[in-house]
Amino acid sequence: MNPNPPATSSRTAKPEQSHLVHDLVHEKPLITCRFDPKGRFVFAASEDSNILRWDLASKAKTVLKGHETWPFALEMTPDGATLFSGGSEGTLFWWPLDAKSPTPQRRVDAHSGWINAIAVNAAGNLVATCGNDRSVRLWSVTDGSPVAQLPGHEKPVYRVLFEPSGRYLISADLQGRIIQWDLATYKEARRLDASKLAIYFASQGVDYGGVRDLSLSADGAYLVGCGLIEASNPLGAVSNPANVVLDWKEGKLLQLQRPKEDIKGVAWGVRCHASDFIVMVSGGTSGGFLWFFKPNQTNEFFKVTLGNTGRALDLSPDQLHVATAHHDGHLRVYGMYEKAKA
Amino acid sequence: MKCSYACGSDDHLLSRRRFLGGLAAGVGVASQFGFSKFVQPSIATELQNQAKQILVIWLAGGASQLETWDPKPGTETGGPFRSIDTSVPGTRISELLPKTARLMHHISLVRGINTKENDHAKGQYMMHTGRPEMPGVAHPHFGSMAAKYLGSEANPLPGYIHITPGGGGRTGTESAYLGPKYAALYLGNGQPPSHTTRPGLVDEKGETLRHDLRRRMNDRFASRRRTAETEAYTTTYEQALQLMTRREVFDVTKESVQDQERYGNHDFGRHCLLARRLLESGVTYVQVSHSNYDTHNENFTFHLEQVGEFDQGYSNLIDDLAARGLLKHTLVVVMSEFGRTPQINYLYGRDHWGTAWSIALAGCGIKSGIVHGRTNAKGTEVTDGEVNAGHLYHTYLRAVGLNPTEDLDVDGRIIQLGDPAGAAIKELLA
Repeated sequence: MNPNPPATSSRTAKPEQSHLVHDLVHEKPLITCRFDPKGRFVFAASEDSNILRWDLASKAKTVLKGHETWPFALEMTPDGATLFSGGSEGTLFWWPLDAKSPTPQRRVDAHSGWINAIAVNAAGNLVATCGNDRSVRLWSVTDGSPVAQLPGHEKPVYRVLFEPSGRYLISADLQGRIIQWDLATYKEARRLDASKLAIYFASQGVDYGGVRDLSLSADGAYLVGCGLIEASNPLGAVSNPANVVLDWKEGKLLQLQRPKEDIKGVAWGVRCHASDFIVMVSGGTSGGFLWFFKPNQTNEFFKVTLGNTGRALDLSPDQLHVATAHHDGHLRVYGMYEKAKA
Repeated sequence: MKCSYACGSDDHLLSRRRFLGGLAAGVGVASQFGFSKFVQPSIATELQNQAKQILVIWLAGGASQLETWDPKPGTETGGPFRSIDTSVPGTRISELLPKTARLMHHISLVRGINTKENDHAKGQYMMHTGRPEMPGVAHPHFGSMAAKYLGSEANPLPGYIHITPGGGGRTGTESAYLGPKYAALYLGNGQPPSHTTRPGLVDEKGETLRHDLRRRMNDRFASRRRTAETEAYTTTYEQALQLMTRREVFDVTKESVQDQERYGNHDFGRHCLLARRLLESGVTYVQVSHSNYDTHNENFTFHLEQVGEFDQGYSNLIDDLAARGLLKHTLVVVMSEFGRTPQINYLYGRDHWGTAWSIALAGCGIKSGIVHGRTNAKGTEVTDGEVNAGHLYHTYLRAVGLNPTEDLDVDGRIIQLGDPAGAAIKELLA
């Protein structure tokens, strides 16, 4: 699913009126979440190695079993037929998205180690994966055959994203390196710098941060990477959530965005909204928050305090809802419109 | 307890380790007298002729037993990693240790450790001394024990060398009542001791003249007032000069390019290769610290990074020590101050946990391929073979031929080498 679909609703999103619409509960911590492209379901991955599917109309929960270890990444084909999942065992799974009791249709050993992210192109024929083995790989959606391997990252790769035209793939890593790949040649087209989100913390001997999520604006004007800044104690979770907003055409830094207050945590997910704002979710020792930024501003124009630390978000196809995944096992869906009167 | 230097021996007049760590510090260190003796001196002579060595790899901050030696995949505490087979049938360890897994037939695991200690400093003390920290009492670190009772006075190299990831180290108090002579020499970031080259302004002839003058003055002073203190200063200078001639021992770039690549292009890999070099040069006790495992936040990504480095350096060390015949007389211990909680916190982290955790042992005096102790399915408690730091310390001493129940006379106070409440783990001893 393209994380930046066009708005399909006649209503306009109003972040300031965000309110909880659905509170869907699983018994174990959640890791990530995705709406399906048709808006029927919302999916989540859990630390119990299962994938959860909630029917948004009935709230019915279906458990998809198949992963041996934690699934970190979920993605769908634009037609809403196939769900992909990948996680710490490095295997890419194909699932029939809307089957009554989905079972894996195909498994491909995709990476040595974790799959951190999955993306599907707009045509729905290519699926991209990236992982801790520092590689970016392309696969045929139809038969699971390998299409290309794109070497270039020197650290674990955290995110992949197709540019809407399908010509380019974007990947980002632990060092804040963003690579734009030309899919006509499978070569690097250019590199962009989001290293403000990364640090090598010498006293603890660790690389930390990196681009935790990516989103391209609907008009292709800017690319947003989220993560953290000012990590004064990575092992102790002392850092601040932040976005890097890059001019997509020029590749230059437009904004380093951060909360006005000294909120500790990591920005785990970000989406560019078609109405020219950016929504980001953070989690950490200060709690969980949804943040709303204008692309040309440093600080948020609105925030929502979440019921638990945030770990991921997704924007619904109608661009009116935000789903957030939480450690407390809740998947919360917020509506960005006026709350219906009781 | 501080060293009181009551016996008049020249053994403890000056911290030779710290002196060698910074030779320009000169002779300004206040000297005092003191010594500890075995009540039964047989042990000292028994050990003098044995060339036992020790390598400790210290995973600073508290490595997770679940991401190393005692994985619990598929459970709510197991985290995202799987376990893998090893060269010992039936023994599985974390998938983060693939190279080590192939050498498991050289290694034994202790999976039932309960130290009941979740504080960094207290855990460090306990694991280095085999005793709980008590106010007003200080016991010598394992390295100081080794330097004193396993080391050779004839060896110009320090008996206890600690390679740290950054600069510096502790304050030299780790030798406690054994005296500063047996404190650690720290190689910050694996660098050679400072001031071990001749100053550029002094040529070789000038250097010789300076030392001749020093020797003449020492001799003149000693002819009238010869004391253990002056003897110690003289000895320290001569040992420092010998060390200067062996400075290349600390230069890991003297190792082959192939070995440097094999151990890894990271600090821990270089430090492991330096450890091999020091052991081959006859250093009695070498400790390599790897930092940092205190992963309250994002435990899994940090362990992926850190344990990957550890696996490369450690496996090459074990492989090389075995191939070169050194493992037979070198005890290799991998330990931390504690383990990490089975419970995964909301930051994807694991917190301090002294209740049920693991270490690895190999080499001298240790059976290989053994797993001692067991934890329950979720790793939340020890269900079999529970041991504490005292048991481990007794085991280390026994493994290198020391008797942990021997008594020392420290200024009239009888102190047992190992904690009297502890005992060696017989199942692990070869």
